[in-house]
Amino acid sequence: MIRSVKLIQLLIAVIPAFTINAQDVNTLITKVKGNIDKVNDYEATARMITNVSFLKVPDADVKVYFKKPNKLKIKNEKGISFVPKGAVSINLNNILSGSKYTAIDAGTDEIGNTTVRVVKLLPEDDNADVVLSTVYIDEAALVIRRAKTTTRANGSYELEMSYGKYAAFGLPDKIVFSFDTKDYKLPKGVTFDFDDGTQNNRSAADKAKSRNGKAEITFSSYLINKGVKEDVFK
Amino acid sequence: MALIIEVNHLSKKFSDTYAVNDLSFTVNEGDIYGFLGQNGAGKSTTIRMLLTLIKPTSGEINLFEKKLSAHRSEILKQVGAVIEKPDLYKYLSAYDNLSIFAKMSGIKVSQKLLMQQLQMVGLEERAKDNVRTFSQGMKQRLGIAVALVHNPALIILDEPTNGLDPQGIADMRNLILRLSRELGKTILISSHLLSEIELIANRMIIIHKGNKMVEGNVAALLDPAHTLIEIDTLDNAGAKQLLLQSKWALFIQKKIQLQLMMNKTEVPQLIIDLVAMGVQLLSVNSSHSLENYFLSLTTQSGHVEAFAN
Amino acid sequence: MWKLLQIELFKISKRPRTYIAFVAVAAIVFIFQFAFKADGQSYMDLMLQSVKDTFTFDRVQAINGYFMCYIILNTLLIQVPILIALIAADSISGEANMGTLRLLISKPISRTQIILVKFAAATIFTIFLLLWMAITALFLSLFIFGAGDMLVFRSKGDESQILLITRDDIMWRYSAAFAYATVALTVIAALSLLLSIFAENSIGPIIATVCIVIVCTIISNINVPIIDKNVKPYLFTSYLVGWKGFFYIGTDMDGKTIKGSLENWPAIRKSLLILIAHIFILITASVVVFKKKDILS
Repeated sequence: MIRSVKLIQLLIAVIPAFTINAQDVNTLITKVKGNIDKVNDYEATARMITNVSFLKVPDADVKVYFKKPNKLKIKNEKGISFVPKGAVSINLNNILSGSKYTAIDAGTDEIGNTTVRVVKLLPEDDNADVVLSTVYIDEAALVIRRAKTTTRANGSYELEMSYGKYAAFGLPDKIVFSFDTKDYKLPKGVTFDFDDGTQNNRSAADKAKSRNGKAEITFSSYLINKGVKEDVFK
Repeated sequence: MALIIEVNHLSKKFSDTYAVNDLSFTVNEGDIYGFLGQNGAGKSTTIRMLLTLIKPTSGEINLFEKKLSAHRSEILKQVGAVIEKPDLYKYLSAYDNLSIFAKMSGIKVSQKLLMQQLQMVGLEERAKDNVRTFSQGMKQRLGIAVALVHNPALIILDEPTNGLDPQGIADMRNLILRLSRELGKTILISSHLLSEIELIANRMIIIHKGNKMVEGNVAALLDPAHTLIEIDTLDNAGAKQLLLQSKWALFIQKKIQLQLMMNKTEVPQLIIDLVAMGVQLLSVNSSHSLENYFLSLTTQSGHVEAFAN
Repeated sequence: MWKLLQIELFKISKRPRTYIAFVAVAAIVFIFQFAFKADGQSYMDLMLQSVKDTFTFDRVQAINGYFMCYIILNTLLIQVPILIALIAADSISGEANMGTLRLLISKPISRTQIILVKFAAATIFTIFLLLWMAITALFLSLFIFGAGDMLVFRSKGDESQILLITRDDIMWRYSAAFAYATVALTVIAALSLLLSIFAENSIGPIIATVCIVIVCTIISNINVPIIDKNVKPYLFTSYLVGWKGFFYIGTDMDGKTIKGSLENWPAIRKSLLILIAHIFILITASVVVFKKKDILS
């Protein structure tokens, strides 16, 4: 897998037109990063909707804490929340300023009515957990609208963002986070369950879908650069 | 005189055997009615039918001139009973036991009444003690208190002297006589001992294997005219010859031993005559013939005609 | 009738064996609480083993009073029938054994009344035992572990689910679950009462009740389609765990839980009606059998 990616990378590298574009995308990314870098820390109030087949949970009011360079915590102050592990990547810093990578221009695409630049990011470290990230950048607003990440250990996940009044800081109003999940299995023999006759008539397609989870986070407010205590990340 | 118990053609069949077979008898108001029979004669079964513990196979029971099956609750309010052992709640005190059964009998219960009742049977000191700690005699007395607490008109006692020491038996006898004479209660008492019934009952019945053998007045049944004399001498054969030649020949029973049936009042004269005839007497025993008959029931099951009612 | 019930309750209250059940419940509950206080994390880790790579969540908060009560009830409600049988199976047979049945029957009380009063007393005992469970397993757990959102781990057919119920949506579910458990355990009481009529000491009916419950529970938990369809619906033990239905929260199309809802209320209601029908049949049978019985003890 890694080898083939490297091969593609090599092939792409020999095509001059693309190397020129690669210069461009690096500038683009630097600009996007510039926005994001304005934020040293934030504390945001948000509502999280989790959609995972085996998980039946209500919407949760959560606080999202962030501190440079890559600390992120989603907390449900009032109760319990299942937070997808990959959700730390909603911190875009994670994607853009993590380990070193090679940026490759992959043309343009459309999200809604906006034309976006598609950029593939290949980490230079062979042992990095992230194998490949693809970001979709709104060149006018200089924000990332979509990011797809493939990891070694945690499957692949995808972020889709929409922006409002915090766009200047590169902070979205809403993030839809899609991720891979396994089926939940209870250890055998721990319960005698009440069989209420409800049948599971899910098709194979449904079951495949069940391997895909979604978390939707809608931010209502951000407190930016007001300082966040270290112990919230514990 | 009112009929307190009237039993007509009562039968109870357990699988193949009749425990009680076509039994009829009556108990009048004020009677102390002796219910006599060997163990397993059907006494308990009959008493249990009187108390609705067992349903009769056939026949009819009237108590207080009402049909038991139709007026059960009304009738049982006027009945007090000790059935076999006086079993009570062992984990409760004498007072609590008495209180519970008094309430169940449908009367208003006061502490005063309960303590009076316990005093009557001599248990007022032990009122708060658990029945578990009581001796057999004390349990028996408490059982009597339970049977009497609701002031019933009819008292049914099933083998009330079982397991009691001689003093206990005497106490029980006195209590029964007092209940009858002073309080005018009608009492049905079962026993397997004639001697016991003889001392207190005015009327009695003997049942055997579920059948009635004898019923009647105790005075009449135990008439001294039916006294059986047994003589033992140095020479019984010779003595018999002498008696056959005397006026006493009529009284001789057709048996090998020297047995004579006569009125008890004639016994002194018989002894005088025997001595006059030169019979060398070893002993002269008198016993009532009913007692002998009753004893014989243990070894044979024949219905003796002489005692048929 | 009320007076008789008072007498019956007085008798039960005076018997040492009555308190065995309360002590047993308290002991089991305390052991659970101690174990979870000491090492609840491992249990949580075990339950969440298969998703630990995908999700993070707060284990400390998850082990709270509400969760504890669910775990305790899950285990305890399988054992409690024995404790109910201890009292209910003694109803008639105990009196027969002690010899007091003779006296009882010779009192101006109908046999129907005796059965109904015995049944009512056993039911009240059941209610008290469940109240005691609520006090120890729920309120004491809340005191020890605090309150919080509650996780319910559930296997549904060949799948497993994790349900999350918010803390303000739990108490009514427990009230309903305890009420349901009362009805379910009353079936056991009624069964024990019926069996107790046939015996002259309480050991037989207690063992018989326990055996019936165990055998039926085992059959209820055999997951073979032919048994699922043809046997299970007729076993009362299949409905004993129906109290859990109150914790199966309803969800919308997206799998989002709906506060105050139940996934399948008709199923719970049906189970409840089946249990009530069982009680009715068992008590009617008890009355009929007892009325015909000759008291020979």
